[in-house]
Amino acid sequence: MANEKIADSTANEEAHWDKTTKLMLTHLGIWFFFGYVVHMFVVPLNKIVIPILGFPLGFYMAAQGSLIVFVVMLFMFAKQQDRIDREHGYAEED
Amino acid sequence: MATQTASPSDFIKNLGRMYGTYTGGFLAFIILLAILEQVGVPNKILGYLFVFFTLAVYAVIGVMTRTAEVSEYYVAGRRVPAFYNGMATGADWMSAASFVGMAGSLFLLGYDGLAWVLGWTGGFVLVSILIGPYLRKFGAYTVPDFLSFRYGGNFARFLGVIVLVCCSFTYVTAQIYGTGLIASRFLGMQFELAVFAGLVGILLCAMLGGMRAVTWTQIAQYIVLIVAYLVPIIILSTQHYGIPIPELTYGRAIAEIGAREGQLVKDGLAILCNKEACPPGTLRPHIQPFMNYTPLNFFGIIFCMMVGTASLPHILMRYFTTPSVKEARDSVAWSLLFIFLLYFSAPAYAAFSKLEVYTNIIGRDLNAIRPWLFNWGELGLIQICGKNAANLQAVLDACKAIAGHPGVLRFQDFVINTDVIVLSTPEIAGLPYVISGLVAAGGLAAALSTADGLLLAIANALSHDVYYKMIQPLRMQRQWTVIGIMAAIVVGAIIWFAAVPGPLGVQWRWWSILGLLALVAVVYPMMRTANEVERRLIMARALLLLVAVCSAALASTRPSDILAMVGWAFSLAMAGNFPALTLGIWWKRATTTGAICGILAGWGICLFYLVVSRYFPQMGVTYFGMTSLLNPETGKALINVAQIMADPKWVADVPASAANPMANRVGWFDLNNINCGLLGMPLGFLVIYVVSMFTKAPSMEMQAFIDEIRKPRGQTVLKENI
Repeated sequence: MANEKIADSTANEEAHWDKTTKLMLTHLGIWFFFGYVVHMFVVPLNKIVIPILGFPLGFYMAAQGSLIVFVVMLFMFAKQQDRIDREHGYAEED
Repeated sequence: MATQTASPSDFIKNLGRMYGTYTGGFLAFIILLAILEQVGVPNKILGYLFVFFTLAVYAVIGVMTRTAEVSEYYVAGRRVPAFYNGMATGADWMSAASFVGMAGSLFLLGYDGLAWVLGWTGGFVLVSILIGPYLRKFGAYTVPDFLSFRYGGNFARFLGVIVLVCCSFTYVTAQIYGTGLIASRFLGMQFELAVFAGLVGILLCAMLGGMRAVTWTQIAQYIVLIVAYLVPIIILSTQHYGIPIPELTYGRAIAEIGAREGQLVKDGLAILCNKEACPPGTLRPHIQPFMNYTPLNFFGIIFCMMVGTASLPHILMRYFTTPSVKEARDSVAWSLLFIFLLYFSAPAYAAFSKLEVYTNIIGRDLNAIRPWLFNWGELGLIQICGKNAANLQAVLDACKAIAGHPGVLRFQDFVINTDVIVLSTPEIAGLPYVISGLVAAGGLAAALSTADGLLLAIANALSHDVYYKMIQPLRMQRQWTVIGIMAAIVVGAIIWFAAVPGPLGVQWRWWSILGLLALVAVVYPMMRTANEVERRLIMARALLLLVAVCSAALASTRPSDILAMVGWAFSLAMAGNFPALTLGIWWKRATTTGAICGILAGWGICLFYLVVSRYFPQMGVTYFGMTSLLNPETGKALINVAQIMADPKWVADVPASAANPMANRVGWFDLNNINCGLLGMPLGFLVIYVVSMFTKAPSMEMQAFIDEIRKPRGQTVLKENI
């Protein structure tokens, strides 16, 4: 089956990997922001207190906020990467 | 040996019902024990029932899922659904240290402890986007499998095995130690006996079914550990704030802690750590950052733990078991969700415990301190005024001996072992013993499940990579030479290290060699009559047994050094594996020579930094320009290096004992040695890049294989011939 598509397969392959790389970099960026950048501002963020719950924001981000972002991000990544694979015909058959 | 009789798809379809029934049964069992407690059954019996019932369940699962197929043994037949693999990974990941120790670290370190929470969760992002799914598509049985294929041969494989064994063996020893500690503390068993009881539990789960059995027991263990972790804290939150979601309510506890801290300092019951002086025993406010770690080390820990997660073989190999690449990605997401449930609750444990300590213990008249702590003081885990707080009289006597003690407990009088935080929460909340037993069962599940995964990673590397891929292809004569050399090393090591008295007046080293001979006497005749598949499995099991017994023997000696080294595993894995794995997938130009040099350089510098700063600090100072680390708050040197170097007491202390004030306190750039991955990983990347550019690009064939790895569709790249 792969033989039939040799003509466009290199281009298709490159486009697929291009998109995959971009998605990887986007998610690495988000990961870096919530893993590190946010926590560099913990002192000013701690001056803000989340209403009702009473958490200082800087503490909250390290204890829960970033973690929630990581979980949500991973489910989104799985979906987005699958979409890219499908678009280019590289997804596994179900 | 029989495999599952029902067809595989039936088995998968019924998973939900099976584990649902299992969870229901477990809850019913807790209720039954609660009733037994009310009827008056003694605590000790309840504790034993808890531990033995759960161990028996794991063992039954382990025996039921035994297998005689190689791919079942190594990768559970690659048909574990994403959701369940997520649970299994959760149990694989969360160790005794996460379950028992993490909340305690957060208690002591406050905000700075959150570096561990972040570091041990965020790494899964890297697993999913950079490595895991690609290794699944590749179709490896072990991580060294990939290194060997991508980097042309057995030398890269061998390096992969060395890195794997180095980071996993200390880790598994700590887990077995953890099982011994929990069992001995709760059941009053003798520690050494408890270690070997844990060993039996581990072997029953892992030996017959390999990855397949470990997967299905880890799921059962995850359910026990998460229920055990969440129940006490949910009850405590409901008692205090009327809302059963501790993760939301502990914000208020933190506010109250802040108020109490101010009050204690104002009343002269605590000295605040400040810019001028910040010695041990001073109060560090719970939410104030960078008082225990400098910002460099705080972010260094986060980074090393995250990248280390993505490089640890026992985690990566869990994603070899899913039915597809897509499911591998989904499975990483589920894993993190299940891990998140525990990690975002740990700070709540810390906050509630701290509030209890700051309101009901510190600042109280000595006669009025809460009695729950005496149980732990008796075990030496809580000290007041420098003595074990075994009972009220002991506390009164100890504090009376301190000149000018006000009779009110001060902050600096109180020392608590971090393990107590989680274990004592049921008592703080005034809950019945059954909940304490539940927590013990949860801690055991956490330790056992991680130990299973690690042992399997080590034994699989030895049986698959070393035996099957490296030794077996050799000619018969050379096989025997290699085996002979290895046997000589093992026997030599036993004779050297196990020179301790054993039973019947015979030293343990002779008992060990007797055991080894017995193992050979059993295995050798089996090997002779077996076919190839059987041989691989016999070897895999024999090596698993051997590794497990070695680490249990080591754990039973309570090796404080090994336990402190667990954090090192992450940096070592990161420096050794991460550059070679990521570049192997993401950069086609990475060459064999480049990768081998990169692994050696990155891993080497990391190991060098660890060993020198821990064991040879004098040498580090004299020859390698190491200086004292700095106190994070005051920015001054932690120790006076020149003075210690001149002290005759420490001059000859080579290798440095734990008491040597310079051990772990010297280094480069004020970098804690646990963060040595920060030196090793960049160097690894750099060396692979530079050397690759100077060597011939990989063949077109190899580049085509890399393209194949990048596309989920189609067969795995590596085809096992069995």
